[in-house]
Amino acid sequence: MEDLVEKSRKIRVEIIKMLAVAGSGHAAGAMGLADLFAALYFGGVLKYKSSDPSWNERDRLILSCGHYAPVWYASLALADFFSVEELSTLRKIDSRLQGHPVMQDLLKGSGHKQLPGVENTSGPLGQGVSIAVGMALAGKMDSLKCKYICVESDAEQQEGQTWEAYMSAAKYKLGNLWFLIDRNEIQISGNLSSVMPIEPLREKLSAFGLRVFDIDGNNHGEILSVFEKGKLFPDQPKAVIMRTIPGKGVSFIQSDYRWHGKAPTDEEAEKALWELK
Amino acid sequence: MNLINDLKIVSMKTTREGFGEAMSFLAKKNKDVVVVTADLSESMKVDDLEKTFPEQFVQVGVAEQNMMGVSAGLAMSGKVPFAVSYAVFSPGRSWDQLRVSVCYSNANVKIIGGHTGLSVGPDGATHQALEDVAMTRVLPNLLVVVPADYEQAKKATLAIAEHRGPVYMRLTRPKTACFTTAGTPFEIGKAQILRKGADISVFACGPLVYEALLAAEEIKEKVDVEVINMHTIKPIDVEIVVRSAKKTGRVITFEEHQINGGLGGAIAEVLSENQPTKMVRMGMHDSFGESGEAKELLEKYGMNKDALIKEINNFIKING
Repeated sequence: MEDLVEKSRKIRVEIIKMLAVAGSGHAAGAMGLADLFAALYFGGVLKYKSSDPSWNERDRLILSCGHYAPVWYASLALADFFSVEELSTLRKIDSRLQGHPVMQDLLKGSGHKQLPGVENTSGPLGQGVSIAVGMALAGKMDSLKCKYICVESDAEQQEGQTWEAYMSAAKYKLGNLWFLIDRNEIQISGNLSSVMPIEPLREKLSAFGLRVFDIDGNNHGEILSVFEKGKLFPDQPKAVIMRTIPGKGVSFIQSDYRWHGKAPTDEEAEKALWELK
Repeated sequence: MNLINDLKIVSMKTTREGFGEAMSFLAKKNKDVVVVTADLSESMKVDDLEKTFPEQFVQVGVAEQNMMGVSAGLAMSGKVPFAVSYAVFSPGRSWDQLRVSVCYSNANVKIIGGHTGLSVGPDGATHQALEDVAMTRVLPNLLVVVPADYEQAKKATLAIAEHRGPVYMRLTRPKTACFTTAGTPFEIGKAQILRKGADISVFACGPLVYEALLAAEEIKEKVDVEVINMHTIKPIDVEIVVRSAKKTGRVITFEEHQINGGLGGAIAEVLSENQPTKMVRMGMHDSFGESGEAKELLEKYGMNKDALIKEINNFIKING
């Protein structure tokens, strides 16, 4: 667990650094999920081979809230899918680190340079949830033993498509599928409770046929144990409401919705990195 | 081109039947072929497949956006999904998902849009897709295919399954003339000169190709009409379009779609860049349809043999 604390810190450091170099991007959500991504990639939740990103038995992580890309990229780099140095190309021309994640079928040779470890394309909210359902369904058809973990934001619950996808996951009893919802209560123009309330979320998810868990999304122990508890429900898709602190780790970013879609200036980054020491 | 011998003696079948029959064949041949539908298996003629190969059939209910996304996820896992609905709903309602989850990812999804054009009939304008070609042909990586009859729909279905990458295929509701045969060739991207002519080129797609052939036959003593079946709108066959326009110097496009952005738009783009030619676009003139029988609607909005003959005569009278 101590190692996970250190990994989470390193992920946060890389997020701050890459956003500062990029000069744009979304800080708060990515910072808030550093603990989750540390647990997924370094706590034994995800099965993967960084040397063979398309290994068929790997667990799939689908990032539906594409604007959280920095936390995914930082984790993939620290997990050796590519070099940490490449993180500084985020959002730059000719980079494999696009502003929002992209996974393209490479067989046609479109000239696109694929970033290893990225499983899906996302940006418009809700789309990754359906993609995850499709992937988990294919996994079930092919009797694969792997898990499908879809990471979503809470504001994403405002999209109609998200609920269409939940219905189909429940109908097809996709017990291999996990919806992890970052309940950080901020979106681009304010708090969810004022922009568009989504509560009672637990009851809604449950009514849509999902097995719902509530955890502290900044607590490694709770994250790891929820995946153990989920094993008790092999035929039901799981939803995990993860209460997190947006921007966690940096005092002036934490819990302020204005950091949803903002990157730190050089000066702010320096201050943030000092806090993260 | 191995068309039937007598254009006047034809059997009548729907393009969606051709699609459905080809799907059952494909499902049997390839276990990775999967149909995903949003509550429209019977009218899109995949109900046989649903019964015979239930494990290759996914029913998502009335949820086209999810249908498109689920199809993308299946494709990214090695399946060959066919996302099947009416075109007004998909790609109509699911266009954002088509753009990002399917086309940007270059996911191997086949999008089948049924009930296109005015010939949907009594259901009225909400259900008559007249914009689908325009909204699909702007999307990178996506091919756009419009089979002209039952037999061609069968062949096109098999061909798009072979193609690796996303394809949109446009189908129609009513029974229309079967004028191609099992022996008529079909190749994606290769336009077909079904009748050679020297005076005017008619580029048509879908069941209107047959109307064009009838028109050409009817006025053959006065005007020598070249009829080209543009079954693939994207990639468009630049070579055949340019060659025909250069030969005849007169062009008409003929489609059950808005004249803006569809086949007419595509041909105008090709010609203005390569072979500027006087042309007339026939189709829907920036308006919605309405209820009525298919035949009545096609007559009222100028999308049948007689309307084409009138337009050809006008064209020659005005432009010489």
